[in-house]
Amino acid sequence: MRLTLINVIVAVVIAIAFAAVNAAYLVWAERRGAARIQRRPGPNINGPFGLLQPPLDGIKLMAKQLTIPGGADRILFIIAPILAMFPAITSFVTIPFSETIVAKNMNVGVLMIFAFASLGSMSLLIAGFSSRNKYSMMSSVRAVSQAVAYEIPMLITAITVVMIAGSPDLMEIVRQQSPSILHWNIFPLLGNSHNILMPLAFLIFFVCTLAETNRAPFDLGEAESELVAGFHTEYGSMGFGLFFMAEYANIVIGSCMTTILFLGGWSCPFGLFPGVWWFILKLYLLIATFIWIRWTFPRTTIYGLLNLSWKILIPLSLANLLLTAGLIKVF
Amino acid sequence: MVAYFTEIYNGLVSLLVGMGITFKEFFKPTVTVAYPYETLTMCARYRGHIELVPDDEGNPRCVVCGLCEKACPSNCISLGGEKPEGGKKKVLTSYVLDFTRCSLCGSCVEACTFGAIDFSKEYNLASRRKEDFIFDLYKRLEERRP
Repeated sequence: MRLTLINVIVAVVIAIAFAAVNAAYLVWAERRGAARIQRRPGPNINGPFGLLQPPLDGIKLMAKQLTIPGGADRILFIIAPILAMFPAITSFVTIPFSETIVAKNMNVGVLMIFAFASLGSMSLLIAGFSSRNKYSMMSSVRAVSQAVAYEIPMLITAITVVMIAGSPDLMEIVRQQSPSILHWNIFPLLGNSHNILMPLAFLIFFVCTLAETNRAPFDLGEAESELVAGFHTEYGSMGFGLFFMAEYANIVIGSCMTTILFLGGWSCPFGLFPGVWWFILKLYLLIATFIWIRWTFPRTTIYGLLNLSWKILIPLSLANLLLTAGLIKVF
Repeated sequence: MVAYFTEIYNGLVSLLVGMGITFKEFFKPTVTVAYPYETLTMCARYRGHIELVPDDEGNPRCVVCGLCEKACPSNCISLGGEKPEGGKKKVLTSYVLDFTRCSLCGSCVEACTFGAIDFSKEYNLASRRKEDFIFDLYKRLEERRP
């Protein structure tokens, strides 16, 4: 497909629409899910099942005034929420939802998505730094140390998958997993590697996705009980709205990547009717797990968080990388 | 080394147990009451403000003896009664309760030897005006009369 300007604009508009709709309705799903787990009904007043709640919340946020605290760095303060949303939307452009539904497939898709994902923590740093607020500052320091700690095992497991597929092209990675569930990277009995430790790699990747998106139990960046609201303490109006949307867009990106790298993308477990619906099903199952985890576990401490990464995830993912390399060489 | 892997395994199992619990809770029915739309029935010993008890014909049982008025430590109650022409007993004409001063101590209910007053189950009391909390219980009884 030749990439014209029109193609790019259409792709970006669709990406923004997809991200925004997902962000809005994942907030609804999250609130309903949390309520069910805590045995209350959740938002159910506005519209059927409270489905009008997200647009009404959006309207409320847009109607608010964006205040910039005195002494804050005005330029960085305004750039930070935009920088939070930008990588999330850009990443959607290269994610293949099916054989045909992809805005622009790149032969280095994995690399591009992780490059943009690491930009996300940059926005947290800028937001916390420019707010001139001790809580925001603390939060951004935490967010950065967390991002550094969790990007390493995440990239190592991603490299394992890239090694198995022999290509960093997302389409190619999915194609190699296509034949059946036994070719999926989470449980690869057939296929390239025969590595029985891959479920572990999947777990590591999933935990890292939780940490990268600053979700509970790793939401130290915005620990309400300690840091008011962390890096977005000083943000109101759509500044806050953008951070909020970026969080959910990042969840979608993380779940898309988990689906593509480990769960066979758009392929069907039994080779039946491969297509975008399988991708969507896997994607939303993962997102539901995200929500489920958030309302099950309490927040970890910063030490627990860093210990988990440096003492457990990194050694295990390195061991898995070595084992996979050996197995690929043998078979 | 063994301890290291045991810790990871035990941690993982405990996480899964926790997730199992929330999974089960997810499918259970809700326990909350959507208050303004549905209300609970109050328990038998709930103390709302006092209310006059009617007899079988719907008239107040009160004989205007004034014991409740005297028993009230906050002077919330003021009674009015008159003897109708040809009648022997006094008949209640007004029973005003100043609920702004009432502390629901129940001395009036205890003092009443005729069982003429009792606690109501009223709890939806909200207003911006103080006067809304000065009730004429006699009028309320008249309104409830079938």
